[in-house]
Amino acid sequence: MENTLRDPQKLPGWGIDANPDNDPTYPMREPRLNVSQDPDSKHRPASLQPVDVEVLKSIERPNVSAVFGESSPPVGLSGMIRRFAFKYSESHYGHWLPLLLADRVNVVEGIIEDLGQGKVPNIFAEKGYAAEWKHNRTAFVAKMATIAAVTIGSILILTRDNEKKHKYRY
Amino acid sequence: MLAMEYRGPKRVRATQKPMPEIKHPQDAIVRVTRSCICGSDLHLYNGNVPDTRVGMTFGHEFCGIVEEVGPEVTKVKVGDHVLVPFNVACGECHFCKQGMFGNCHESNTQASAVGGIFGYSHTAGGYNGGQAEYARVPYANVGPTVIPEGMDPDDAVLLTDVVPTGYQAAEMAGIQKGDTVVVFGAGPVGIMAARCCWLFGAGRVIIIDKEDYRLEFARNYANCEAYNFEKDMDDPVVFIKKQTDFMGADCVIDAVGAEAAGNAMQTITGRKLLLQAGSATAMHWAINSVKKGGVVSVVGVYGPTDNLIPMGNVLNKGLTIRGNQASVKRLLPRLIEHVQNGVINPKALITHRIPLEEVADGYRLFSAKLDNCIKPLLVFPSANI
Repeated sequence: MENTLRDPQKLPGWGIDANPDNDPTYPMREPRLNVSQDPDSKHRPASLQPVDVEVLKSIERPNVSAVFGESSPPVGLSGMIRRFAFKYSESHYGHWLPLLLADRVNVVEGIIEDLGQGKVPNIFAEKGYAAEWKHNRTAFVAKMATIAAVTIGSILILTRDNEKKHKYRY
Repeated sequence: MLAMEYRGPKRVRATQKPMPEIKHPQDAIVRVTRSCICGSDLHLYNGNVPDTRVGMTFGHEFCGIVEEVGPEVTKVKVGDHVLVPFNVACGECHFCKQGMFGNCHESNTQASAVGGIFGYSHTAGGYNGGQAEYARVPYANVGPTVIPEGMDPDDAVLLTDVVPTGYQAAEMAGIQKGDTVVVFGAGPVGIMAARCCWLFGAGRVIIIDKEDYRLEFARNYANCEAYNFEKDMDDPVVFIKKQTDFMGADCVIDAVGAEAAGNAMQTITGRKLLLQAGSATAMHWAINSVKKGGVVSVVGVYGPTDNLIPMGNVLNKGLTIRGNQASVKRLLPRLIEHVQNGVINPKALITHRIPLEEVADGYRLFSAKLDNCIKPLLVFPSANI
């Protein structure tokens, strides 16, 4: 591929937002406020969302934020793990690693939940394999064949080991 | 209502969920007319962001029609067609007052490092997102912005994230006229960042990726030089040094984040074993390929834990690293102007329209970079626009 470009200065808008004063504090373009000098630093919105679901709160803040999301409150074993995680600050592995563990436990809980509702999750559809089949068939088939071969091979090896283990048994 | 639902790493589905309700006097309920899958949704999709719970609806790039408002909502009314910035922001806290709407202190209980983001795990507030027929939009006096008359909703939906994030990437790079800027990542945000670099007067813009179709798109859309790090060079850092008389680029933008390829150790420890908060390959290259005293601008998303980057070089080279979630509300007036004047053409990024019912295929298509996908847009059965 060749990089044959037009003169950038002839592009619409070239340089129209150039700003010689753009310095490293730029994202805070408004006059910088020192927290202790900001008379409104403890200001809170007039209305607070009622806390009618369990909301896990970071110990690095004093209160529940004025609004919050209510999706998927903590439940089950994953919920217990999440509650444990929130005993630690965001700068602690004790916070993030349990949350990652809880996410994986939550996946199993989700499958159990589906089955409990009489619904067998369609993993093929949920993983979007139809798109792979349509647009990437050769690689997809090769990948699936590899997984199948490795799985079958592993089963065969494990089975053979079992036979060897008992070869002297009468 | 029909909504996307997360079921586990690389598993999502469209399912019926309860309608959202007004929970706070400044809430609005929006009937979604456009919603995109974002590159940063893929971090959630791949299970890389802690506290991503089964049952959640993703989606932080959406626009829609206001169906219901809480008693304190005065800035939008029922029937308005609004674009919804991805940040949930109160507009009144210490940070919002400084224009840092991506860092609101009253929208995320679960984490203090980031403000609330629609449909972006409980680490970003636990809000259900806009990949659904309806969405709850808190602080409706602050975020939702009425789409100007005559603006194509396809343009409007990209003003909720892609355009402001790409623009802020260029802005944070501190570009001065004539600067050489390198952009790592030719996804939608990287392509938009490359386009926006010219608005700040860049003299040369180079974009680096490994997908030829994306590089070709970037070359045409952003008029930038485009190179494949797997085919055109042995070492991206040495390549950039050679391109800049061995000085390094004036500014470098990391528009990749946690899903970066290109370094086996980073890929294994960051993406496969989750021993770090994603693969920091692009950030590593950015620090090492920018000039001494240069600026690295970070809009690629990483997880909240740790990453392996060469901090010693940041010190020894005297670098400035600037990063943030885009402050959409701050940037919108200028960006709307750019779209209306034809300076930026956001909708040209949209390459796929996928029915919400087939959202799982959409995620797979985008994640695996199938069918030359740049930007997928979800189509809603109830949108009618």
